[in-house]
Amino acid sequence: MSYLELKNIDVAYDGRHKVLDNLQLNIEEGQLVSLLGPSGCGKTTTLRVVGGLLEANAGQILLGGKDYTNIPIHKRNFGIVFQSYALFPHMTVEDNVAFGLKMRGDKKAEIGRKVAEILATVDLTDLGKRYPKELSGGQRQRVALARALVVRPKLLLLDEPLSNLDAKLRLKMRVEIREIQQKLGITTIFVTHDQEECFSISDRVAVMNGGIIEQYDSPENIYSYPATEFVARFVGYENFLPLERTARGLASGGSIDFKIDGSRLIPEREGLKGTIRPEDMVILTPDSPIDHNIIEGQVEVRTYLGKSYQYKVSTAFGDLVANGSSQRLYAAGEKIRLHLPENRLIVV
Amino acid sequence: MKRKNTFLIFMVGLVYFFIFAPLVLIALTSFTTESYIAFPPVGFTLDWYSKVFANKTFISSFKLSFTISLAATSIALLVGVPGAYALSRNSFRGKKFIKDLFFSPNLVPQVVLGFALFTFIIVRLRLNVQAALLLGLAISVVTYAFRIVGASIESLDYAIEEAAMSLGANRLTVFFRIVLPNISSGIVSAFLLAFINAFNNVPLTIFLSGPGVVTLPVAMMSYIEYNYDPTVSALSVLLMLMSLAIMLVSEKLVKSGR
Repeated sequence: MSYLELKNIDVAYDGRHKVLDNLQLNIEEGQLVSLLGPSGCGKTTTLRVVGGLLEANAGQILLGGKDYTNIPIHKRNFGIVFQSYALFPHMTVEDNVAFGLKMRGDKKAEIGRKVAEILATVDLTDLGKRYPKELSGGQRQRVALARALVVRPKLLLLDEPLSNLDAKLRLKMRVEIREIQQKLGITTIFVTHDQEECFSISDRVAVMNGGIIEQYDSPENIYSYPATEFVARFVGYENFLPLERTARGLASGGSIDFKIDGSRLIPEREGLKGTIRPEDMVILTPDSPIDHNIIEGQVEVRTYLGKSYQYKVSTAFGDLVANGSSQRLYAAGEKIRLHLPENRLIVV
Repeated sequence: MKRKNTFLIFMVGLVYFFIFAPLVLIALTSFTTESYIAFPPVGFTLDWYSKVFANKTFISSFKLSFTISLAATSIALLVGVPGAYALSRNSFRGKKFIKDLFFSPNLVPQVVLGFALFTFIIVRLRLNVQAALLLGLAISVVTYAFRIVGASIESLDYAIEEAAMSLGANRLTVFFRIVLPNISSGIVSAFLLAFINAFNNVPLTIFLSGPGVVTLPVAMMSYIEYNYDPTVSALSVLLMLMSLAIMLVSEKLVKSGR
């Protein structure tokens, strides 16, 4: 049994428009799980349902085996960090952080000690007497984190906590969040639309689309083995070839038989597609011994990416995108042969 | 650039002149030694001020106006603040209608409202005049509570309340410890505006008066009808000073509250 279990969660606005559709999610204790997806995919709604900020139309939330579905938000003891940080403007940093402890009725000395301890953890010891408006974005973010963590919540919920920070600070803060999360061993749900951000710090990632979870897996697996076309497109796969089953395996356009990684199961359905990242495509030199998974085409456009060059290649299967090194450059109009390595060609 | 500035200063000066000139005139006439309101004033005396305090009708009607305006404003805020909060934080059928109702109080001329309250509360229900006056004034100023406090609440990030709830605060605690401190300046300005409006109200209070129950503005009006002496000027100056004092004190309160 998992630490947190979401069972058959339905959320519909106006009773018709479905935002979450029979959502299932299990989270193990101590893990950081990200909900990743484009805006409107239901990731924030899921977080709000877990946090008790929004009532689901149907379904069940279990935490440590206990039914939390009907426990009101102020009795759940979950820490929430909002996108806007939602600090109390009329309170100092210390009072903001102490609020949850006061609500629990902790003793004054106890509160002072815990607040000092958590402010030290987030590196804000000297700013305890300041008001939120006197702090920078990164500092506010840390206050929000401290305020949520000081009550030792059973669950930490982060709703796009980094989206209001500039790029440099975002990198720094995500490492800090991961560090603190691991140090305290607190089970965390992290909502984001930023793939890199989420992959870098998550134990598991749930890629969401249209109110359902398309794939729930480790970041490595999602990156290398997307389960659906949506996931593949979302994490940077750009080439899609329609595949059909033949007696010998899989073929595209009835002409090329593709070799694929035999250790992975091919989904039992129609409308399969082979997909591959541009950087995994290999542009073959004329003397290459490779004789399979080859598509011929003509370079249409070359663009410079810094580490490599990218080619848009027109083929019998439509336009494909492939990256190539600077050792051999191809010009527009040149004929090239593209190799799709079998361990990098994913069937979705 | 320079020419524009002179023009601006000229226009602003003109506006201030129109606003303040009558006030200054009144103030000056209150010191005259003549027994009628005249400009320019002749001589200098504070007699008219002592006459104000010697006038029993003024003193009693001031007391009435002050207490009843205070009470009406308090009622308006007690209804308006929770009402505005409920309206901005909940959605339900007919919300817009209720909102419009509270936001457009002066569509009905106050004379009509006064007459209606008179025929209903005093003639029909036979309640006393003070009760009618209190109710009428509360109704006429509840809109300030709704509008100004409502605007303060709308500008408050709802996530702040959610954060407080997630930290263990129930709805009531959230309202008193989180919402109220953050809308205090809105409440103070609503209180001020409502109080001054209630205090100065004539069209409503003129209907809701009775023996011994006369508000100060109504008392002043009837005084002017029979006596054209600078006592009213002196009283006006005193009222202006009162408004000024209220404003200054409340501004201090708002600032220290932040």
